[in-house]
Amino acid sequence: MSRRFALLYSTAVVAAAALAAAATVGLVLEVIGFSPWTTFGVILTGPLQDVFGVTEVLVRAVPLTLVALGVAISFRSGILNIGAEGQILIGILCSAGVALSFPGLPRAILLPLSLLAGTCGGALWGGIAGVLRARFDVNEILSTVMLNYIAAQLYTFMLRGPLIDPAELMTGSGTPQSMRLPRAVWLDRLVPGTRLHTGLVLALVLAALVWVLMWRTTLGYRMRAAGAGAKAARYAGVHVERALVVAMLFAGGFAGLAGAVEVLGVHHRAIEAISSGYGFAAIVVALFGGLHPAGIVPAAIFFGQLLVGADMTQRSVGVPANMILVLQGAIILAIVSAKMYLNNPYARQRAARLVSHIPGLRSVVSTAEEARS
Amino acid sequence: MNAGRMAYDILSLGVPFSVALLLAALGEMFNQRAGVFNLGCEGIMSMGALLGFLPGYLVRSGALAPYTSLLGFALAAAVGALLGLLFGLVTVTFRAPQGIAGIGLQMLGVGVAGTLFRHFIGGVTGVEGVAAWPIPLLSRIPLLGGILFNHNPIVYLAFLAVPASWFLLNRTPWGLRVRAVGTHPRAADTMGIDVNRVRYQALLLGGAMGGLGGAYLSLCQAKMFADDLVAGRGFIAVALVYFGRWSPWGITGGALLFSLAQTFQLAIQVGGIKFPYEFAVMLPYALVILVLALTRTRSLGPSALGKPFNREMRV
Repeated sequence: MSRRFALLYSTAVVAAAALAAAATVGLVLEVIGFSPWTTFGVILTGPLQDVFGVTEVLVRAVPLTLVALGVAISFRSGILNIGAEGQILIGILCSAGVALSFPGLPRAILLPLSLLAGTCGGALWGGIAGVLRARFDVNEILSTVMLNYIAAQLYTFMLRGPLIDPAELMTGSGTPQSMRLPRAVWLDRLVPGTRLHTGLVLALVLAALVWVLMWRTTLGYRMRAAGAGAKAARYAGVHVERALVVAMLFAGGFAGLAGAVEVLGVHHRAIEAISSGYGFAAIVVALFGGLHPAGIVPAAIFFGQLLVGADMTQRSVGVPANMILVLQGAIILAIVSAKMYLNNPYARQRAARLVSHIPGLRSVVSTAEEARS
Repeated sequence: MNAGRMAYDILSLGVPFSVALLLAALGEMFNQRAGVFNLGCEGIMSMGALLGFLPGYLVRSGALAPYTSLLGFALAAAVGALLGLLFGLVTVTFRAPQGIAGIGLQMLGVGVAGTLFRHFIGGVTGVEGVAAWPIPLLSRIPLLGGILFNHNPIVYLAFLAVPASWFLLNRTPWGLRVRAVGTHPRAADTMGIDVNRVRYQALLLGGAMGGLGGAYLSLCQAKMFADDLVAGRGFIAVALVYFGRWSPWGITGGALLFSLAQTFQLAIQVGGIKFPYEFAVMLPYALVILVLALTRTRSLGPSALGKPFNREMRV
C-alpha cells in the first residue's frame, strides 16, 4: 500500500469525522431556526476581529491548557479523570482562602503560596478519586462525577457562608462571592486594557514541563506504562496502583492550579459560575490535542476561540449557550470514532481494496513496485 | 414534626422518587450485561425528559390533551433508543473507548436538550403530568397503603419491570445471548451469536428505558423541565448498576436506598433542622461513593464489560 494512500485515507477519515460533527451541530441549529453557516461564521471569525477578541481567546485558553495537561496525564496513565470541574472549584477555594487569610504578606511570598494552595487543593480532591480507584477499586469515572457534585455544593456553601464578602451582608444584597483578593496576589496583565494575564506564560512553561515529565523521566514512563498495559507494567515492576494515584494527584493539581490562576488572573475574587465548564471542555481539548502537550496548546487556543465565539453568537444572535455542549459532545464522539479507523490497519486495507476496485484509481493505492509486479 | 410522621413522609416520597433511577439503571444493566458501559445515560435521560415534556407543554387543551403524557413517554423511549443506537454506532461498530464516548454522548444529550428547551420553551413552566392513581383497597391499608399503593401508574409499572427484567435476562434465550456477549463474546461468536447485533439490541432497550426514566422526571416527579432537571441521576444510575451487582434486585435496593437518602435530605430541610443545606444536598452523592468503596464489585461484573469485540482480531 502506498504512503500516498495511507495519507489520503487518514485525511478522508478526519474529514468525515469533522463533517459528521459539523452536520450534527448544524442540524440542531437548523431545528432551532438559526443558519448554521452564519453561526459557524460568527464563531470562527467573530473573536478575531480585534485585539480584545484575540486576548479573550487566550484568556480562555489558559485554564483550558492547564486542565487539559492534567487530563492528558491521567488519560495516559489509564485513569479517566472527569472530575476536573470539581478540582478547579476546590483550587479556587484554597487559593482564594489563603490569599484572604494572609493579606499582609509581601507579593513574593503570597502569590506563590496562593498558587500552591490552589494546586494542592485540587491535587487532594483528585487524589481522593485516585486512592478510591487504587485501594477500593471504585470506578474513577463515577467517583469523579460524584466528587464534582460534592465540590459544587462545597463551593456554594463556602461562598454563602465562611468566605462571603462582609460588604454583601452589610448591604443585604447577599450575592454569594468572596471579598476582593489583596492586590498583591493579582497576576500581572500582559496587555493593558485587556484581561490577558501572566498565567499564559505559566501555562506554556508547564506544557513543556509536562512533556519532560511524561517522556523524559522514569515517573512519567511508569505512568504511561500503567496506562498502556497494567498487567505488563506490573510484571515489569511498575507499582501500578501508586502510578494511578500519582497521575490523579497531577491531574487534580493542574485543575486546581487552573482554578487558582483563573481567580488570581481574571476575576480577583471567588464568584459563582467561575469555571463555566472548563473542566469538561478541557477533556475535549486533551483528546483533540492527542493527549500531548504540543497538541494541547493549539487545541486549547482553538477551543478558547469556540468558547468566545459561542458567547458572541449568544449575545448577538441569541443562539442558546448550551450549544457549546452540543458542539463539544459531537466533537468527542467524532474524535473517538475516527481514532479507531486511523489506528486500524484492517480498516485501511479494506478501504484500499475497495478503492482498487474502482477503475482508474488503482495507482492511488499501490506503490510503483506493486503495480509493476 | 414527630419522628414517625417524618419517617412516613420519607418513605412515601422515597418510593416514587426512586423510579427514574430504577428505570434508567435497569436499562443500563442490560447495556452492561451485554458488555457496553454506557456513560451517556445522563444525556439520554435529559433528552427523554425534554421530549416527554414537550407534548404536554404544546397541547394544553383539545381532544389530544389527555393523551399527551402517553405520547410523551413514547417519544422519550424512541429518542432514548435512537441515542442508544448512536452509542452503538460509536462504540460497537467503530469500537471507540466507551468511557470517553459516554462523556461525549452525555454532553450531546444534555446540550441538545438544553438548547431545544431554551429555544422552544425558554423559562420554567409546569405541565399537568401524570396524576396519582391509588390502587383500590390496597391503598387503604394503613401506613403501607400510602407508602406503596398511592402513586402514579408509572411507579407500579416500574416496579413490575424489575421481575420482568430479571425474567428477560435470566429465563429467555435473548437474555442468555445478552449475558453471553457480555461475558465471553468470542465464545458467543463461535456459537453463532452475532455479538454486535445483540449489543445493539441491548443498547436499544437500555436507551429506551433511560429515555423513560428521564420522561418520568419531567412528567411525574417534577412536572416541569429545567436545564439541570436530571442533575446527575444518569451517572448515579450507572453507579447503581455496580452497586446492585448487575442484578435487577440489587439495583432496586440501591435505587430505593439512594432516593430515601434524597428524601431524607428534603425532610431535614422542610423539618427546619439546623443543618447546612449544601451538605444535605451532598449527602446522596457522598453515599454513592461510600457504597461503591465498601462493595468491591469490579470482579463480579460482566467480564467483557467495556471491551469492544472485534471478530477479525486474534486473541
